[in-house]
Amino acid sequence: MALSKKDIQQIAHLARIEVSDDEIADYVDKLSQIIGLVDQLQQVNTTDVVPMAHPSDMYQRLRDDEVSEVNQRELFQRNASAVTDGLYRVPKVLD
Amino acid sequence: MSWETVIGLEIHAQLATRSKIFSGASTAYGAEPNTQACAVDLGYPGVLPVLNAEAVRLAVRFGLAIGASISERSVFARKNYFYPDLPKGYQISQYELPIVVGGSIRIGLDDGGEKHVAVTRAHLEEDAGKSVHENFDGESGIDLNRAGTPLLEIVSEPELSSAVEAVAYMRTVHQLVRYLGICDGNMQEGSFRCDANVSIRQVGDEQLGTRTELKNLNSFRFIERAINYEIERQIDVIEDGGEVVQETRLYDSDRHETRPMRSKEDANDYRYFPDPDLLPVVLDSNYIETQRAALPELPEARQQRFVQSFGLSRKDAAVLTGSRETADYYEGLVEYLKGEHKLAANWVNGELAAALNRDSTGISEARVTPKLLAGLLQRIVDGTISGKIAKEVFEAIWQGEGEADDIIESRGLRQISDSGELETIIDQVLANNPSQVEQYRGGAHKVLGFLVGQVMKATGGKANPGQVNELLRTKL
Repeated sequence: MALSKKDIQQIAHLARIEVSDDEIADYVDKLSQIIGLVDQLQQVNTTDVVPMAHPSDMYQRLRDDEVSEVNQRELFQRNASAVTDGLYRVPKVLD
Repeated sequence: MSWETVIGLEIHAQLATRSKIFSGASTAYGAEPNTQACAVDLGYPGVLPVLNAEAVRLAVRFGLAIGASISERSVFARKNYFYPDLPKGYQISQYELPIVVGGSIRIGLDDGGEKHVAVTRAHLEEDAGKSVHENFDGESGIDLNRAGTPLLEIVSEPELSSAVEAVAYMRTVHQLVRYLGICDGNMQEGSFRCDANVSIRQVGDEQLGTRTELKNLNSFRFIERAINYEIERQIDVIEDGGEVVQETRLYDSDRHETRPMRSKEDANDYRYFPDPDLLPVVLDSNYIETQRAALPELPEARQQRFVQSFGLSRKDAAVLTGSRETADYYEGLVEYLKGEHKLAANWVNGELAAALNRDSTGISEARVTPKLLAGLLQRIVDGTISGKIAKEVFEAIWQGEGEADDIIESRGLRQISDSGELETIIDQVLANNPSQVEQYRGGAHKVLGFLVGQVMKATGGKANPGQVNELLRTKL
């Protein structure tokens, strides 16, 4: 399956990555090759293969439900570009 | 044309853990902004999520209570989208292999019937943060305290056919999660909220119509109103020759309308994939059986038992089992009052419920404990006081004046049982009301009620109305 120019623009938009028109042709080509690889994998019979969720053959360790973190707001907010009354300030979001 | 409605609900229940689902930050409500958001919640580079065992246990508990199958292996996935209250750029959720699969919820219908609503799945996920738009002069403020709070998303099949049914379903789930102690159910604080998928189709159509999703409905009243508004809107759109657009809509309770929220092209393109930071969650059958054995008696079973062993009406039993605390209170009360189940039910659902409501108190904190209430009701049963006087005594106990017996004694409320004393009063009343006596004797037996009332008044309510009735009849 080959991707279209529109597909690339949509993927870039969803990932919030700016892609210039010059770059698009290149991505169409390269990403289509990856899809081609997946197409090839699709031909393998996987009827008896359990889908892999993680390359490591282990299972999730659980932690006890205990509060172990202390308030470090001041430390974290030193990295923020703008803060008011303890809130991170960002460009207006509408929903 | 005649339309039918198809509704499916996605309920988000905040799981009652102390710490977050993937970090050790506190989940306590109401803290100063961003004081409970640690490096994991903020999505700092290099951090790793570690799953909270209690969140898993609570999810399993829910699954077992609705007869679902518990996945021995479930997987966390990343749901990708950009929003400022989601610092990582993805929400950790479960997609292909959720922890709870299937099950069903039985709801009672208005006509007295019932309906089993199938649950598709329930999965674990993290909550996002909160955006504040007021007073930010074109910007938004972000509080990430809620980011990473454990949620159980309970997804129903599209089997609900009206707003009323949707509310009944939601109420039933609300009651269940509180019974199970897995969620505090506080809707004001956002601990229990839902999204509704609503579509309409012509009666008889097999295929579902295009649905819209109503977001973040956090009160039973709003759910009903929002769904009804949306049904009307969709019917109008179609009958005007238009098409319903698949989109997310927000209910505005002030204007009583729904309006589009997110643009549709982004809405369902979440590019889920298994989260490489988390390994599959494996639960063995031992663990699952241990959790099954620890389940409390569920509301439905308890209601049934109240009807069968206590001889209560379905309605009384339903109110008493409305919350686990109320049912526990009632059972505590009847322990002291063998055989007086109906009287006990009337008082818990009547006087006690009214007082709790008036003072906005929870039944577990009620000043009139089961033991104190039992002491009072005992005095009605043995004829020491009438039901009317008992209300006065109840109020006094409520105000902290002590036990029923002390209050009855100190206020001199003991019912007059000495028939000699009562007869004197009755003679007086008869002497004072010669015309009513005349009427009664002339065949107008209705005036007896008036005369009983006069005697009760003269005794300050302390006479036994049955006894007064009897004595009056004899004398007349």
